[in-house]
Amino acid sequence: MPLPLAIRCAGLTKRYESRTGPVDAVNGLDLDVPAGECFGLLGPNGAGKTTTIEILEGLLPPTSGTVEVLGMPWRRGNDELRQRIGISLQETRFAEKLSVAETIALFRSFYRKGMEPDAAMDLVSLGEKKRAWVGKLSGGQKQRLAVACALVGDPDLLFLDEPTTGLDPQSRRQLWEIIRGFGARGRTVLLTTHYMDEAERLCDRVAVVDHGKVIALGPPAELIARLGGEHVVEFAVSGAGKEGEGRDGAAALDERALLALPAVSAARIEATGISLTVTQPHVAIPSLLSKLRAESLELARLTTRHVSLEDVFVNLTGRHLRDDQAPS
Amino acid sequence: MSRHPLGQLLVSRLKEFFREPEAIFWVYGFPVLLAIGLGIAFREKPPDQVRVDVVRSETSAAVSTTLSGRPGFLVEVHDEAECAVRLRMGRTDITVVPGASYQYVYDRTRPESVLARARVDDALQRAAGRADAVGTSDRPVTQPGSRYIDFLIPGLLGMNLMGGGLWGIGFVTVDMRVRKLLKRLVATPMKKTHFLIAMVGSRMIFGLPEIALLLAAGWLLFEVAVRGSLATVLLISMVGAVSFSGLGLLVACRAQKIETVSGLMNLVMLPMWLLSGIFFSSERFPAAAQPFIQALPLTMLNEALRAVILEGATLVSQAGRLAGLALWGGVSFLLALRWFRWS
Repeated sequence: MPLPLAIRCAGLTKRYESRTGPVDAVNGLDLDVPAGECFGLLGPNGAGKTTTIEILEGLLPPTSGTVEVLGMPWRRGNDELRQRIGISLQETRFAEKLSVAETIALFRSFYRKGMEPDAAMDLVSLGEKKRAWVGKLSGGQKQRLAVACALVGDPDLLFLDEPTTGLDPQSRRQLWEIIRGFGARGRTVLLTTHYMDEAERLCDRVAVVDHGKVIALGPPAELIARLGGEHVVEFAVSGAGKEGEGRDGAAALDERALLALPAVSAARIEATGISLTVTQPHVAIPSLLSKLRAESLELARLTTRHVSLEDVFVNLTGRHLRDDQAPS
Repeated sequence: MSRHPLGQLLVSRLKEFFREPEAIFWVYGFPVLLAIGLGIAFREKPPDQVRVDVVRSETSAAVSTTLSGRPGFLVEVHDEAECAVRLRMGRTDITVVPGASYQYVYDRTRPESVLARARVDDALQRAAGRADAVGTSDRPVTQPGSRYIDFLIPGLLGMNLMGGGLWGIGFVTVDMRVRKLLKRLVATPMKKTHFLIAMVGSRMIFGLPEIALLLAAGWLLFEVAVRGSLATVLLISMVGAVSFSGLGLLVACRAQKIETVSGLMNLVMLPMWLLSGIFFSSERFPAAAQPFIQALPLTMLNEALRAVILEGATLVSQAGRLAGLALWGGVSFLLALRWFRWS
C-alpha cells in the first residue's frame, strides 16, 4: 500500500497578467508529499515558491492543474480542511496592540480542537512574553508568534513560507527546533526557503524550483551526491604579467584542463574566481598547485568547503540562489 | 474569556481600539470639543447693533444724531467713496445718503443689511413724525430647543456616527489588509461573517460612550435636553452606527492602500457633510434636490435624532427613517461580504 499523501499537485500553473504581458509564476509543477515528511521548496526569490505554497494553502486559485491536500481538493469555504492545517505566511504583521497571549487565544478560537494557548506559547518559548504587546516583540519573537498561531490548532499539516528570512542565527536555530519537534510527532511540514543550510538541516526531501518548475527533487544528501563530489575548492589566481585576479589572470586555465586534474569532477570559471567540485581535496589540491606553478600563475586565494545545496542550484541553473550572497 | 470566535474577534477589536490613544481622542474628544467651540461661537447674545454709515453732507450730522439717539445703532459719518468701500468690505450694513429724501444703499442678499434697512427706515420715519397706526407689544422668549446649539447637537451626533463608522471600519480594514492580517485570518477556519459582524459590532460598542458624551456635554454646557425617550435616541444611534459601519465595510472592501480608501471615504462623506443637515438645515437646498438629500443615510439619521431630541417624537414615528437606515446598512453589508478582498 502506498504511503498516504499529505499534498498532491499535478500540472500546476499560475499565470498573472502584467503590464508587460502574461507572467507564468508557476509553470507546470508536480509534487507528491507523503504524510509525515518535512518537505522543502527551495529556490531564489521570484522562483514561484510563494505562489505555489499559497495555491497549496487554498489562498490562491491555480490557473490550471489539480491540488489535493490531505486527500481533499480546495473548494469554497472548505473549513474542514482549514481545521487540519496550520499556516504561517511569508509576512504577517499581527495587531500591534494585542498581547502575545491575546493573539494566540484569538487564533485558537477558530479551531474546534487544538492546544491550550499557554502550551502553544511555551512551545515557541514565548511564555515570558505572554503579556507583551506584539508591537514590542523582536523580529525573531514575531516569527515564533506566527508559528505559534499556525500550531495552535494542532494541525496535521503545517505550511511555512520562509519562516526564518531576515532572522538572526539564534532565532533561526530556535525555529528549526520548533519545526523539528513538530515533525517528530509524525506531522507533515511544507516549507519554502532560500537558505540552503535550512533545507539541508530540516528537510527530508527538497524540490529545487526555478522559473515556476521543479528542476531537481530528492533528499538533500542525494542531490548533493549527484554533483559527483563532496567538496568544493574555490580559488583565484594572478600573475602572467596581468593585473588583478580571476578570469583574466587565469587565461591559461580552461575548464577542460581543470577537469583533467585528478579527483576533480566539475569545474566552473566565474567572474570572481574558479570553483572545482572534487572528491578528494588532498589529491586535487597538490596537483592544482603544481599546474598553477607550471603555468607561472600565482594563487591569490584558495578555500575548501563541503558541497551544499547552493552548489546544486548553481550547477543546475548557472546562477546563485541569492544575488546578494556568494556561496559560503 | 469567551472561546467563541465571534466573542474573541469582538474583544480583540475593542482592546485594540481602547489601547490607541489617538483613536480615543478623535472618537470621543474631538466631537465634544467641536460642540463646545461651535456652541460658544453661536451662543445666544443680545441682538447685534446695526452698523450704519451716513454719507457726509450738510444734513449728515442731523441724521447721525437722530440714529445715535436710539438704541441699537452704531453710526459713523464718512465721505461717499469711503462709504462705498466700507459697504463692500462688510464693515457696515447699510449706507444712508441724506438729502431731500433718504436713499438706502445696501445688499439685499445680506440678511443683516435687510434688517438694518428696516430699522434705520423705522427710526428715521419715527423721527420725522410717523406715528404707529395700531398699538403693539413684544413678549421676548428664549426657549431651549430653538437655539442653534439645539440644532447642532443632534447633527454632530449624526456626523460622528457617520465618521466613526466609515473611518473606524474603513481605515482598520485596509490597514489589516496591508498587514496581510486579513489573509492570515482567512487562512484559518474563521467564518468570514464572524469577522465582519465583529467589525460592525465593535463600532456599536464604541458608539455608546460617544453618544453619551455628546449628549452629556450638550446638556451640562448648553442645557440641550432630550425631549423624547433616551432609549429611543440610543436605539436610533445604534441603527445609525450599524448602517455606517456597513457602508464603511463596503467602501473598504477592495481598497489596497490607505490612500485609496481615504479618497473613497471623502467621496462618500462629502455630500452628506454638505447636504444632510449637520450645521445647517438641509431644507435650504432646492426642492428638486430634496428626494436625493432625504434618501441619504445621514439625513435620515439627523432628522430622526432631531425629531426625538428636540421635538420628543416617538420611536414609531421614526420607523420609516430607521428602516431606510437599516436598508442602507444591510445592503452595504451584503455587498461588502460578496466583494470583500481578503488579500
